[in-house]
Amino acid sequence: MQADWSTFWPKVVDATGETVYMVLVTLALSAVLGMAVGLTLYATRKGGVLPNRLVFAVLNTLVNVVRPVPFVIAIVALSPVTRGVVGTMIGTDAAVFPMVVVATFGVARIVETNLLSVESGVIEAARSMGAGPLRILLTVLVPEALGPLVLGFTFMLVALIDFSAVAGTVGGGGVGNLAMTYGYLRFDTSVMVVAVAVLIALVQLAQLLGNALARKVLRR
Amino acid sequence: MTAVIELRDVRKTYPGKHGTEFTAVDGVSLTVAEGTVLGVVGHSGAGKSTLLRLVNHLEVPTAGRVLVGGRDLTALDERGRRAVRRSVGMVFQHVNLFRSRTVLGNVAYPLRLAGTPRAEARRRALEVLRFVGLEDRARHWPEQLSGGQRQRVGVARALATSPKVLLCDEATSALDPQTTREVLELLRRVNTELGITIVLITHEMDVVRFLCDQVAVMSEGRVVENGEVYEVFARPRHPVTKVFVRSALGDPPEGEALERLRGRHPGRLVTVPVTRDAPGAAHLSRLLREHRVDFTIAHAGVGEVRDAALGSVTLELRGAEGDVDAFVAALDAVRTTAKAVVNAG
Ligand SMILES: Nc1ncnc2c1ncn2[C@@H]1O[C@H](COP(=O)(O)OP(=O)(O)OP(=O)(O)O)[C@@H](O)[C@H]1O
Ligand SMILES: [Mg+2]
Repeated sequence: MQADWSTFWPKVVDATGETVYMVLVTLALSAVLGMAVGLTLYATRKGGVLPNRLVFAVLNTLVNVVRPVPFVIAIVALSPVTRGVVGTMIGTDAAVFPMVVVATFGVARIVETNLLSVESGVIEAARSMGAGPLRILLTVLVPEALGPLVLGFTFMLVALIDFSAVAGTVGGGGVGNLAMTYGYLRFDTSVMVVAVAVLIALVQLAQLLGNALARKVLRR
Repeated sequence: MTAVIELRDVRKTYPGKHGTEFTAVDGVSLTVAEGTVLGVVGHSGAGKSTLLRLVNHLEVPTAGRVLVGGRDLTALDERGRRAVRRSVGMVFQHVNLFRSRTVLGNVAYPLRLAGTPRAEARRRALEVLRFVGLEDRARHWPEQLSGGQRQRVGVARALATSPKVLLCDEATSALDPQTTREVLELLRRVNTELGITIVLITHEMDVVRFLCDQVAVMSEGRVVENGEVYEVFARPRHPVTKVFVRSALGDPPEGEALERLRGRHPGRLVTVPVTRDAPGAAHLSRLLREHRVDFTIAHAGVGEVRDAALGSVTLELRGAEGDVDAFVAALDAVRTTAKAVVNAG
């Protein structure tokens, strides 16, 4: 059966809107949470600005456990928690929850790695001026690592578009869901093509914006 | 003179491999008088940087006491130490400017840390930048400056909070001779015009003799020699000190070098020390005239240490045998501190 394009286009627009919503909400939440976890990881490691063995070990293990799990498995594994938190297991909001969980730990690692690449000399300089650990984290490390951080967040954003499509195929909303219900289940190749094109466009847009922002921050 | 910095039997050990301890600073006692410049020299790994970092408590001593401006840092908690660090500026070999901030932002940063309002911090930062001659670069980014300019910004940043003490860890080691000069001139102005006490680490005795009043030589965590710069240069005692002094002034010709000189200069060779307390060139030329002795300079190794000459001149003497003998005797008679060496032959 062929889709009726006059009723189909509004669906594409709606689905794209849902995808953008899922991705942006996830990005905002996971950026805040991931930043907090990443900063804590960085600060509490041995020789860090606020060393704490226990906190580091717990967070580090958590990141190492969550990160390698394939996203599809994570959705299923987290579904009882999702129902508890969101109240439902299907739809856009239900998709956002596992996305935030997985993305948070991804962002945390990105933040930690980029902070580690900041030269120790500038930290020493800030310490010599009397800066405390929190001041060093927020006014030295984050600004100094901002360029690579923006690129890291861009990488995460692209990954989230991918996640949202996966979430869509297993009951979430958005373009993935559209491709699944119309393209896959009703054997409509043209819908599939439209869905893929929308995803590609979104990824390109994200990458373009991210690169431009990073270039501005890095002044090149 | 009051001591701004006082170290009393300070020790710093780091945990080493297999439960052993490594002693980086080993029982150092040192005082630095207000308004003076102390140079710390020593081979790599001698503990110089560790010593400097003990002064502003970036490192906490394992034993001993550290007093800055009469306050015992050893008795302070971390919050108190941070307050002290704001009154002690620090300059680094690799400058360590914040790349995420402009020149102005870098210099204003320590002021903002100290709670200075934005407008006031900006005004003060511009004032310090004017002092280092880079006011027109305030809006530039660090990577737009030359190495020497960058270090001058580093100095400006360290001076922003009007500290009493400036610590420099090899501030010129990464610079070429021309820009080294530029930064040294600035540090000299910091000392003379602002009256700031400076402790600087260096590998180059040229830096010491240009800038320092006092020099401490470190070896294996200890201060093995410490004194007024000219004194240490004129009469080095410890082997490490001798190596450093020689690197700056060169040796009076001895052994093989003397043999080569003799090949070119068949007459009597006399090495005359040049020190600030020895009679000067006028006296020498008068003696030469009186004894009808003529000379050529066979070798000269004279440098300037704290605005006074130091080193030696080797003269080839020509004249009647008796006149030359009398001249050498007269030369010796007036020299109490440093005898002329007659290179017989
Ligand atoms: N945090 C640390 N942990 C363990 N050992 C350290 C630490 N800091 C310094 N050391 C050791 O202490 C010794 C003295 O180091 P320091 O940096 O003070 O030497 P330095 O005289 O400044 O040398 P250089 O001229 O190479 O800068 C070195 O052997 C170094 O390995
Ligand atoms: Mg050093």
